[in-house]
Amino acid sequence: MSSVATKAGPSERVGRPPAIPQFAGRPRYGEKVIRFVLRIAAILTVVITVGILIALIVPSLGFFSQVSVGEFLFGTRWAPRFAEASFGVIPLITATLWTTTIALLVAIPLGLGAAILLAEYASSKARKTLKPILEILAGVPTVVYGLFALQFVQATVLRDWLQLDTGAFSVLAAGLVMGVMIVPTIASISEDAMSAVPSALRQGSAALGANRMQTTMRVVFPAALSGIVAAIVLGISRAIGETMIVAIAAGSQARIVTGPLEQGQTMTGFIANAALGDSRVGSIEYDTLFAVGLLLFGITLIINAISIRFVRRFREAY
Amino acid sequence: MTTQDLRDDEPEALHELAIELERKARARSIPDVPVGVMSCKDVDVYYGKFRAVTGVNLEFGRNEITALIGPSGCGKSTLLRSLNRMNDLVDGARVDGDVLFMGEDIYRKGVDPIEVRRRIGMVFQKPNPFPKSIYDNIAYGPRVTGMKVDSMDDLVEEALTKAVLWDEVKDKLKQSAFGLSGGQQQRLCIARTIAVKPDVILMDEPCSALDPIATMRIEDLMQELRQDYTIVIVTHNMQQAARVADRTAFFTALADKGTGDRTGVLVEFGRTTQIFEDPRDQRTEDYISGRFG
Repeated sequence: MSSVATKAGPSERVGRPPAIPQFAGRPRYGEKVIRFVLRIAAILTVVITVGILIALIVPSLGFFSQVSVGEFLFGTRWAPRFAEASFGVIPLITATLWTTTIALLVAIPLGLGAAILLAEYASSKARKTLKPILEILAGVPTVVYGLFALQFVQATVLRDWLQLDTGAFSVLAAGLVMGVMIVPTIASISEDAMSAVPSALRQGSAALGANRMQTTMRVVFPAALSGIVAAIVLGISRAIGETMIVAIAAGSQARIVTGPLEQGQTMTGFIANAALGDSRVGSIEYDTLFAVGLLLFGITLIINAISIRFVRRFREAY
Repeated sequence: MTTQDLRDDEPEALHELAIELERKARARSIPDVPVGVMSCKDVDVYYGKFRAVTGVNLEFGRNEITALIGPSGCGKSTLLRSLNRMNDLVDGARVDGDVLFMGEDIYRKGVDPIEVRRRIGMVFQKPNPFPKSIYDNIAYGPRVTGMKVDSMDDLVEEALTKAVLWDEVKDKLKQSAFGLSGGQQQRLCIARTIAVKPDVILMDEPCSALDPIATMRIEDLMQELRQDYTIVIVTHNMQQAARVADRTAFFTALADKGTGDRTGVLVEFGRTTQIFEDPRDQRTEDYISGRFG
């Protein structure tokens, strides 16, 4: 354009040099404010996590100055409030292990089954109806689940109907109901992960003569593995950390649990019970709460770390 | 002389000439009436109440490449996807009329769509390798269909060799298929399809996501595959149809006066040379010469 104007000699354009571009723009204060708020939000989550950790560690140090780590982790008698106190955490761990394992045996198959049904088999109409119903389960307060476990599952189903040899409480009843509680968590997150796998992969699989189950298990599942493992880990964390159900239905005597029909006190169950009592701040009983809390925190952290490694190793990223 | 010899260093005009000669030679070698492996008899395809394609009668000749061309929305991809029952995966999709494969109606009651897809494979518009190793991508089909395989290694090599990909990937079979270029991924998808030993390969715009060089390689590959397979290709690219196809079917969309719904119809079907040089229908001529579409 400009060369044409030059050749043609003076033209009307000559008198008007192009305006100097104004790239400076106007200051956008709003954006700065938003960025500041977002940064604060991000920093706050880290600060709170660190704060919780410190709040757990400081009283725990007081505890471990009186009880050795070995005695705490490997001792088999838990009696912090007796005159002849003993601080072996193994009985609490066995109860937690039982309730968590039973809960996961219920929640993983049911949750993944529901996720596969919703993501791979159900019509979009059925999915739109079923998923919200499933998620309602996640909204039931845990204290309601606890009463359900105590009154219905333990008293009616296990004792009256099945005539099992069990007392007022059992880790089985608590574990089963906890499993039901976790199903929506695992199902919902796994379903999201599976639905996010591109349908081009499903079509490619179908075009090679694979049936739906083969496509699901060999293509969709490995591709969605990181989401599915995240769902299971969240389920495990909830099972280990769940308090109300075990406090109500699992029992309150800290003894090593050797079978599903026995009662037992879990780590969270102990914290809930003891925290309601009148432990004096700074007493060893009081510090015990934090030591158990720190152990819970550590266990969850280890499970997370393992799951991240597992996902890195086996995931088929798309 | 083949086009490959010329392509490397000869001028473009010579290349064009070679393609032209090859096309003419091929046109002579195919029978006047296709000896059908597959055929459509009065096929209509519906999505719910919407009729996407109607009244299609086609014959896909053995060891021939048939191109389906036409403007967007003319139902050519829809028709292609009904040839191996891929449309079954779409809610509400339905096929009327007969789609015959070796004389057998693939929509007859009791026919297992999974078996149909084993014999009639499909390559998609966008390369869609699985997020697995190159080796596992090829081995997937034989494994899931329970093919009796003496040596999976040999089968993988054979499929990759036929898809002219072996030399490029033989040292990285255990690496993820996602590390390959788009063109290589598409050839991998073709190799994957070959591995289950189908009779027919359907290709849904297989080059539309590829650059010209990768496109050329796929087109060369199609000429190789034509020796062993019957190929049906949907393409937006008329030059591509002219270059690769033995026969061409031209589709267009007709709007319903009442509802305004556009339904695809087959306008003309014949040898590619005839369709491009001597179209019988005005609409074909308009489309070929770029006057509409």
